[in-house]
Amino acid sequence: MFTGEEVVNLSRLQFGLTAMYHFLFVPLTLGLSFIIAIMESVYVMTHKEVYKDMAKFWGKLFGINFAMGVTTGLTLEFQFGTNWAYYSHYVGDIFGAILASEGLMAFFLESTLVGLFFFGWNRLTKVQHLTVTWLMAFGTNLSALWILIANGWMQYPVGAEFNYETLRMELTSFADVFFNPVAQVKFVHTVAAGYVTGSMFVLGISAWYMRKRQDLGFARRSFAVATSFGLASILSVIVLGDESGYSAGETQKVKLAAIESEWETHEAPAGFTVIGFPDQEAETTHFAVKIPYVLGLIATRSVDEEVKGLTELRTENIDKIRNGMIAYRELEKMRGGDQRPETRALFEEHKNNLGHALLLKRYIDDVSQADEAMIQQASKDSLPRVAPLFWAFRVMVASGFLMLFIFAASFYYCATRRAGQQQWLMRLATWSIPLPWIASEMGWFVAENGRQPWTISGVLPTFLSVSEISPSDVYLSLIGFAVFYTALLVVELFLMFKFIRLGPSSLHTGKYHFETAETPAIAH
Amino acid sequence: MFDYETLRVIWWLFMGVLISGFILSSGFDLGVGILLPFFGRDDMQRRVLLNSIGPTWEGNQVWLVTLGGAMFAVWPLVYATLFSGLYLAMILVLFTLFLRPPAFDYRGKLESPKWRSTWDWVLFTGSAVPTLLLGVLVGNLIRGVPFHLNHELRSFYDGSFFDLLNPFSLLCGVMAVLLLMLHGAIYLQWRTEGELYFRARAFVSRFGLIILGLLTLLAVWVLLSMDVYRLPDDALFNAASNPLAKTVEKQSGGWLAHFFLHPWMLFAPITAYAGLWAAYLLAREHTCKAAFIASCFGLLGVLFTVGFGLFPFLLISSTDPGSSLTIWDGSASHLTLSITFWITVVFLPIVLMYTRWAYKVMWGPVTEKMISEDKHGWY
Repeated sequence: MFTGEEVVNLSRLQFGLTAMYHFLFVPLTLGLSFIIAIMESVYVMTHKEVYKDMAKFWGKLFGINFAMGVTTGLTLEFQFGTNWAYYSHYVGDIFGAILASEGLMAFFLESTLVGLFFFGWNRLTKVQHLTVTWLMAFGTNLSALWILIANGWMQYPVGAEFNYETLRMELTSFADVFFNPVAQVKFVHTVAAGYVTGSMFVLGISAWYMRKRQDLGFARRSFAVATSFGLASILSVIVLGDESGYSAGETQKVKLAAIESEWETHEAPAGFTVIGFPDQEAETTHFAVKIPYVLGLIATRSVDEEVKGLTELRTENIDKIRNGMIAYRELEKMRGGDQRPETRALFEEHKNNLGHALLLKRYIDDVSQADEAMIQQASKDSLPRVAPLFWAFRVMVASGFLMLFIFAASFYYCATRRAGQQQWLMRLATWSIPLPWIASEMGWFVAENGRQPWTISGVLPTFLSVSEISPSDVYLSLIGFAVFYTALLVVELFLMFKFIRLGPSSLHTGKYHFETAETPAIAH
Repeated sequence: MFDYETLRVIWWLFMGVLISGFILSSGFDLGVGILLPFFGRDDMQRRVLLNSIGPTWEGNQVWLVTLGGAMFAVWPLVYATLFSGLYLAMILVLFTLFLRPPAFDYRGKLESPKWRSTWDWVLFTGSAVPTLLLGVLVGNLIRGVPFHLNHELRSFYDGSFFDLLNPFSLLCGVMAVLLLMLHGAIYLQWRTEGELYFRARAFVSRFGLIILGLLTLLAVWVLLSMDVYRLPDDALFNAASNPLAKTVEKQSGGWLAHFFLHPWMLFAPITAYAGLWAAYLLAREHTCKAAFIASCFGLLGVLFTVGFGLFPFLLISSTDPGSSLTIWDGSASHLTLSITFWITVVFLPIVLMYTRWAYKVMWGPVTEKMISEDKHGWY
């Protein structure tokens, strides 16, 4: 029987909180680094000082954000050990290897070069500095690649296998882990969302300068860069999405059915539920408004393949649980010294479902002895809560489309050389700055909460992954994180607002608003 | 390419390299952070101190991050047991470490003296507390940590937070702080001029001998009273990693014997003493670069003395010696060790290459003049 429910909930809350905080800063780092690299490239090619000022000013904001990204990232790396010790033992062989690769290949690069980016302006040639900027941007994205490979593996654990001697998952193919289709799709989706975040940030702030008629030349150019980069990025986020990843892996199918709130399996192509009220107990969705045949624009999966309903997926899990119980029974025999080949063979045959049997650990320690009621309950546990996923997904998609509209409109006016004249668009752009963050946080919520009850899909249940620590310890750390992170976030936002208000005058070049005598005349 | 046993030893060495990277580079960053409020008498002096490490500290800190990732990959059970067992201590290390990036970056963003001095103390805390706690951690690694593993390889910590703060480990913590202050001061002597240079030199001459004396005290304590744990002679080096399949024997006060059994290991403590002694003398003689290199050797000597003393143990259990983790039964699978080996062999030299370049670009004495010429560019 499992008794540590409180530690599980607190640890989940803490991980969720720290991860969500981390992802307030990461997408901006991903996007801004490329936008800055683009601006600096224009500077190196055209020798126009304004582009250098742009790279430096947005670089200043990048720096304020980057510090918090590092701060919150540090916690995530070590939290697997502190709060998820059994997870660390169980999958460190694979998951740890990916994190180690990230450190050596990516994080070193971005962190070493970030110092040169800030302090190397006078010590490097133009081309050298530009190379540093691009490599830094490349490093941040490479870092994201590895982290998403790690996360993709949690969603769809390929290239690994359970070893009964060491009682953990062990790597069988690094290439499979690296080229995991779920991870690759996730990477594209996530970094593109980061580019959108960077673009929306630059776009919204530039629009604000334009509306206040402050440093127009600087603002217009920044606006143009953000518009083109942002439009390309939002299109790739939406069109490529991470949809195709949903065809792979069992949890991904559950997640897909959950965000569609589809309980019964329908004939292909299924209708898309725009809105409704999912009911977990009754396994149905009340007041569902469905658009027939529209797996359409957002759900660009295939039209000839059926989307399995949650009820059916749950029934399949009952079989898996039963198989897993056999694997568990044979595993215990082997550990008791049984070396007969038929024991081993029976174990090997069923070991892929061992994880499902572990869901029973909540109710009974020797899971091979579980009764029917426990199996039924475990199968219910095998599905995530549907309603939060259903709504989070819709908020994400709605934010995405609103941003598409903003970028498309901005692009149209830039292309027709009328950018900045539409007060409504400028206002909308500024007020929409939070949108990419809302979308990103919702997206991660869908990805991670949709994976429940697993930490490693189908392999290791979340409630077994935790450390043997006391609830009071986790309360203490959780409160600490909440307090420290919130305080730091307040400071960060304060500095952001301050420097955004100052605009390029914060560079002290003497050329910009607040610094020259003639500019204020235009302001109202 | 390599058999399992060899790879396990290679990875033990590689982890030593990663720890060395952290101690040598982040070591002086932490040292400077601790010295900052004391050496810097006004804002300009503090800016000089900060900018002596400003452009490179971020890269240096990655040694710690990579070390964490590598431990996760290479010794998953050690990572799991250590971090969950020492939960509050590790959380405290994190809380103080994560104050460093904003302290560096945000300090100079406002002119207010109060704002700046607050961040200076934040940086001090973010440097002193992790150093102290990591030293305490080393002390506990030497003594053994109270934990056991159950039949599912789930680890349970059998002590309390305050068990970690025993006199021996606390002294190790203080030692770590003093050693990194020394390392930081020697670094500052190399990078600064004038008043700050002389303040750094004064620190080295005043505290150098005290530090060496304290180190001797610690060494005697370890050699005479620390237990050594031994594996039976028929231990398996090539078997699958499962720590429950072994017996461990405890030998009271065996560190001295351990080193005399393998006399070549004595080069580590000798390097520690010779290095730190030389660093002290050279720093007084104004030969800064040589002093810094000597100090590096001294720190490496200390690290390898601890490593050799524990080998092949990684994490000793004081309450259930059979649960102790060694390089033979606490490691990742053969394939993971082998793949991470190749990744390290290829990428570590590349990392060292661009790190070297970054240092080269930013090298030179850090002076008040340099900072006043570009007031808004530097930290």
